[in-house]
Amino acid sequence: MISLFTAEGLAGLVFLFTVAVTVSGALIAVNSIRLPRAVTGLAVCFIGVAGLYYFLNSPFLAVMEMLIYVGAVCVTIVFAVMLADPGDERKVGRRSAIAAPVSFGVGALLFWGMALLGINTMWPAAAAKLNDGSVKAIGHSLLTSYGLVFELISVVLLLAIIGSLALARSGRDKS
Amino acid sequence: MSILNLNNILEVYLAIAALLFGMGIYGMLHRRTLIGMLISSELILSAASLNFMAFSRFLAPDPTTGQIFTLFIMGIAAAEAAIALSIIIAVYRNYKSIDTEDVAGLQG
Repeated sequence: MISLFTAEGLAGLVFLFTVAVTVSGALIAVNSIRLPRAVTGLAVCFIGVAGLYYFLNSPFLAVMEMLIYVGAVCVTIVFAVMLADPGDERKVGRRSAIAAPVSFGVGALLFWGMALLGINTMWPAAAAKLNDGSVKAIGHSLLTSYGLVFELISVVLLLAIIGSLALARSGRDKS
Repeated sequence: MSILNLNNILEVYLAIAALLFGMGIYGMLHRRTLIGMLISSELILSAASLNFMAFSRFLAPDPTTGQIFTLFIMGIAAAEAAIALSIIIAVYRNYKSIDTEDVAGLQG
């Protein structure tokens, strides 16, 4: 039994808080009716996931999560919400009454099955670590083992920039 | 195994990732606007990266592999969000709506 007033106990308490932030943010993101509120829930969920990355020995990925997801992706979604003006979710859509329970059932079934699979599997014992997983080790393997993938993803990002500009620009001069 | 020791157990992270994935699938089926579905797909992607990070921390011999994979997932997710949002803006310009049921121009 770990006492609450040790470093490990406090870390465990912070971990529980991080999990609560993640789950509540995801709940807001999925269930809220207004889309700006859903985007805010998504940002809260990503802040919690960044905390989980910190607990998984990777402060670098935590910073990247904050920068890319909270700082870039959520802001871009807010920008699109402003441009497209979706209004309230309850005004749109004429679906049948069983759509909401069926989708909840599918999501709950997937969660139940995957969580059961993850908990019941006997994972092999941890292998000996080759390095410490620090930022230096990440940069080293990013430029040696994963150099080709690194170049490929820069091409993908360039194509995404050009493609989104071309998509959003077309049809503008007509209206 | 006390409740304050949960941050050193692999299965806890797997269960959190499964919860995020299930909520993402639920939102993907339940939402009626395209932006809502995009938000749910971001949840699914972050569940996948959380799984990679957990396996890389606890099981993999090289702990940088999962971190680099998660970095690439972030890059792909950023590209996906940019493309999807410009598609949504183009759809809104043509249909004056981002409701998934209104985008039925091919229905005849």
